[in-house]
Amino acid sequence: MSALLQRGTRPASPAAPAAGRRRTAARGTGRRKRESLAAYGFLAPWFLGLALITAGPLLASLYFSFTDYNLIGDHEVIGWANYERMLDDARLHSALRVTFVYVFVSVPLQLALALALAMVLDRGVRGLALYRSVYYLPSLLGGSVAIAILWRQVFGAEGLVNQVLALFGVQGPGWVSHPDHALSTLIVLNVWTFGAPMVIFLAGLRQVPAMYYEAAAVDGAGPVHRFVHITLPMLTPIIFFNLVLQIINAFQTFTQAFIVSGGTGGPSDSTLFYTLYLYQEGFGAFHMGYASAMAWLLLMIIGGFTAVNFLASKFWVFYGD
Amino acid sequence: MATDTTAPARAPRERSDRKRRLLTHIGLIAFGLVMLYPLLWMVSSSFKPTSEIFREPGLIPWNFTPENYSEGWTALEYPFHHYLLNSAMVVGGSIVGNLIGCSMAAYAFARLEFRGKRLLFAVMLATIMLPIHVVIVPQYILFAQLDWINTFYPLIVPKLLATDGFFIFLMVQFIRGLPRDLDEAARIDGCGHVRIFLRIILPLSMPALATTAIFTFIWTWNDFFSQLIFLTRPDMYTVPVALRTFVDSSSQTSWGPLFAMSVVALGPVFGFFLAGQRYLVKGIATTGIK
Repeated sequence: MSALLQRGTRPASPAAPAAGRRRTAARGTGRRKRESLAAYGFLAPWFLGLALITAGPLLASLYFSFTDYNLIGDHEVIGWANYERMLDDARLHSALRVTFVYVFVSVPLQLALALALAMVLDRGVRGLALYRSVYYLPSLLGGSVAIAILWRQVFGAEGLVNQVLALFGVQGPGWVSHPDHALSTLIVLNVWTFGAPMVIFLAGLRQVPAMYYEAAAVDGAGPVHRFVHITLPMLTPIIFFNLVLQIINAFQTFTQAFIVSGGTGGPSDSTLFYTLYLYQEGFGAFHMGYASAMAWLLLMIIGGFTAVNFLASKFWVFYGD
Repeated sequence: MATDTTAPARAPRERSDRKRRLLTHIGLIAFGLVMLYPLLWMVSSSFKPTSEIFREPGLIPWNFTPENYSEGWTALEYPFHHYLLNSAMVVGGSIVGNLIGCSMAAYAFARLEFRGKRLLFAVMLATIMLPIHVVIVPQYILFAQLDWINTFYPLIVPKLLATDGFFIFLMVQFIRGLPRDLDEAARIDGCGHVRIFLRIILPLSMPALATTAIFTFIWTWNDFFSQLIFLTRPDMYTVPVALRTFVDSSSQTSWGPLFAMSVVALGPVFGFFLAGQRYLVKGIATTGIK
């Protein structure tokens, strides 16, 4: 990202000698035109994708959100009815509640763990590459159906967790089948994938100039002092980056909740993530209009939190120079 | 080693340092084991009889049961290699699509001047953040009208159309780091943009292309949401969708085979992880996406 910001435009070529100026200028615009044409050629697939796959559908879903449409037959424009239905849709409200709890509990835990381990690993531990790989592995696998299946067993009534608890004489509940615990198992799953932000923190810690620590050591600052006054401020851009990214990701979690609850979002809607409810409405009940309205609400929520994040960052993110 | 005069003074400190380092390692290893234990246990349990999976928290499959694999392989409507092959086709198509579509767009953004470049680049960056859930309904309607539901086109064609902005960004970053002298020299020799792109930029961009291929492999292999929506006929199921029907249909008695097939599903990702670690870690560290 920094390379992107640092690289300015190239300096203009030195002025051509006066005599040939007009001709080179003419040739220059010809060349520029050709270059523009070539650029649009290279971008042709991307333009098509923008129209058909990303931006086009984005606008189309805004339109569909004002319609009643079940895929068969025509759609009917119904104004704000879909949005009005949202106001008293109890399942939507519980989906929002579940998703917010998930995002705002799991993301801070995940980032705290990632930062803590990055700091331990950054102190010149031997075998760093191996530890990093081991801790990173769950991030690659965490979103898969297979891991969600594993989770369903591990936190089941007779699952691994309860087998281990039984060794200590504790009788655990059926975690995934109890409305009070099911969401926590998914939070644990997200925290388990702390490896990706950890790798980013590690790269960030490398950037903190050693001289700051040396100067602090000379002044007799202890480890807590050094963490609060050097490491933390220097890392704020990376913390911010991880925070934005992980919040956006967490809002879109789908697979884990779908598999663990068998597609229902149960027990008693306790794992009904927003995207899962959207799927049920759109592709279970074929309420395409309502699903589109939900999609736009999701976009507003994610966009809103990202914007708030950026605004708030002015007060706590510290850009060194 | 320390000289004689300093040795006595240093020894105790060195010893306590070594002790601390040892403790750090013990802590890190213990934590790593706790993290990986469920995975190891899953692999071991895929060789246990199902009744033991629900009783035996240990890692050793005392009653070695490789039959889980043969049983799981044939438990669904089609043999499991049918789904593996489907997944391989989707993944292969996605990799080729991303390599072609994204590298073309990246060349334009990194090397060419054109009207509206800044705006279009900003739009491209914005699409990285666009949740698929927001566009899935119109996409579905479009693909249904093209009669593409239950084909692999809805999963592959968007990649060819460079809709994975993240990879465009990754390649733009990489191409900007390549020296321009090479393209200038080629241009003086009369090379057009197509040849500069094919002969100079692409060969030099191998590391970025490799990172793109590896991430595309892992993400597409694991992807569930879009495959669940676009593939509803059992003969078109990919591995994740097949696993989902397996878990829905299975009672407690078939967890052994279910675990076995889950291990099969994770295998390729694990293989790519081992082979492509260098690119993965570098990719995450420079771009920050998991």
